[in-house]
Amino acid sequence: MSTHDHSTLAATRPDFAAIASWIPQGASVLDLGCGDGSLLRYLQGTSKVQGYGVEISDDNIVACIQNQVNVIQGNLESGLSGFESDAFDYVILSQTLQATRHTEPLMQEMLRVGREGIVSFPNFGYWRNRMDILQGNMPVSEDLPYQWYDTPNIHLCTLIDFETFCYDNKIHILDRRVMTGDSEIKLLPNLLGSTAVYRFKRAD
Amino acid sequence: MLPNYELVYETYGSLNSDKSNAVLVCHALSGHHHVAGYYVDDPKNVGWWDTMVGPGKPIDTEKFFVIGLNNLGGCHGSTGPMSINPKTGKPYGASFPVVTVEDWVESQARLADQLGIDQFAAIIGGSLGGMQALQWSLAHPERVRHVLAIASAPRLTAQNIAFNDVARNAILTDPNFYGGDYYEHGVVPTRGLRLARMLGHITYLSNDAMADKFGRGLRSDKYSYSYDIDFEIESYLRYQGDKFAAYFDANTYLLMTKALDYFDPAREYDDDLNKAFAVARANFLVVSFTTDWRFAPERSRAIVKSLLHNRLKVSYAEITSTHGHDSFLMQHTHYHNVMRAYFDNIASEFTA
Repeated sequence: MSTHDHSTLAATRPDFAAIASWIPQGASVLDLGCGDGSLLRYLQGTSKVQGYGVEISDDNIVACIQNQVNVIQGNLESGLSGFESDAFDYVILSQTLQATRHTEPLMQEMLRVGREGIVSFPNFGYWRNRMDILQGNMPVSEDLPYQWYDTPNIHLCTLIDFETFCYDNKIHILDRRVMTGDSEIKLLPNLLGSTAVYRFKRAD
Repeated sequence: MLPNYELVYETYGSLNSDKSNAVLVCHALSGHHHVAGYYVDDPKNVGWWDTMVGPGKPIDTEKFFVIGLNNLGGCHGSTGPMSINPKTGKPYGASFPVVTVEDWVESQARLADQLGIDQFAAIIGGSLGGMQALQWSLAHPERVRHVLAIASAPRLTAQNIAFNDVARNAILTDPNFYGGDYYEHGVVPTRGLRLARMLGHITYLSNDAMADKFGRGLRSDKYSYSYDIDFEIESYLRYQGDKFAAYFDANTYLLMTKALDYFDPAREYDDDLNKAFAVARANFLVVSFTTDWRFAPERSRAIVKSLLHNRLKVSYAEITSTHGHDSFLMQHTHYHNVMRAYFDNIASEFTA
């Protein structure tokens, strides 16, 4: 791949750059719900990762191969039984958490298969979402581009919700980046951030 | 054991100057060297994988030099049980040795030596052919860059061996079999071979495909209340059995099914497939079909798991198809898109 792809992708998906900044050169990475393989392709360029994606959609399998990304066709909802324990340095779930049905067991599976997990998701506590609700509507935005009746997002949460979830499930959060567009949000992240990225591991 | 042997092969496309664009196509139970295209004097004899291999097709012969061969022990021109044993002047028959997937790969490697090909761009096969492709990655890891195992398995299940044994028994118990030396009696164990093929054919199709194609359709509109053909499926299977028995050699059928049964690279590693693949260096594409119950998707996923264990590059596609095991031979847009994308990547690694 050519290098200009990196900056283009990082601009359209700011969580990519945050994820890349955590991943050391040559790490092994499993990307769950990898779509067309953009993130893995990006990470192969920035971090020379040994990457594999998991995808359910036929079209995305072809797209991943075209992007020269290893991809395993499978359904995340039936678990990660095709992967051995501690097989990867990082298991990533990028903008997919909120669309998973079996969210709790999947998070546990991520930390069985990987040494660390990384998730990114849209923050439902973002002020614009709160405004929409106050005005009496379900939020529809760039980060949440669906109507209530056609959304795949069945497990939306706020930053506080996710952190409570991790605490309750003995998941130790190592790092967090919160963003709106491509600017990082440090102040009042649960209110001012539209997207969050977390890095975590099993609490020993 | 064999004093000498011949292999018949066909090639398509041209070998490039650094001999880096060669693709070997390994055939399954009833396949042979005629993979693609047709002959000028025999335009109806279209290659068995003509949907996949040819100019502009997923395995594009304008980019790749494709080789198809008839395996040792076959009945399409390579030395096999039908061939004359130079020591006796008679067909080998029962004295033809049982050959294994490992033997085939060694003979294919010698063919590659003859053609001056040190390393294949890809080796591909479906079913039993996929087993040969996998075996290449174990026996000659430096001689193949990409291995494509389609509708294959790391070894047969008990159920699968059971089907093969029923097929073999049909042949072995045919009175015209004569312990394998039927050639000198001027007969062929047609009944056994026909039954073997009918049974095999059932297992290559899915329940749904059979229901869609034949259902309970009758040849005439009434039951005959006899043991003649009533249902379309009976007619179809008998036709397929007859057609096959007319051109295929029973000893070759026995030998091919035995090669299937014996293939088990994990066996010498305490059944640990992970250890078996430790020597592999190739990149892999593994493909299975949802309705294939003879070489089910689980079997392909077992291959993938061992490849992942060994940190080998692998992609896996599970194709939704109604045609059972036979799907790998069929025209299927998504399946062919996957293959085309993968072969395009292989082609981008060498210069024409």
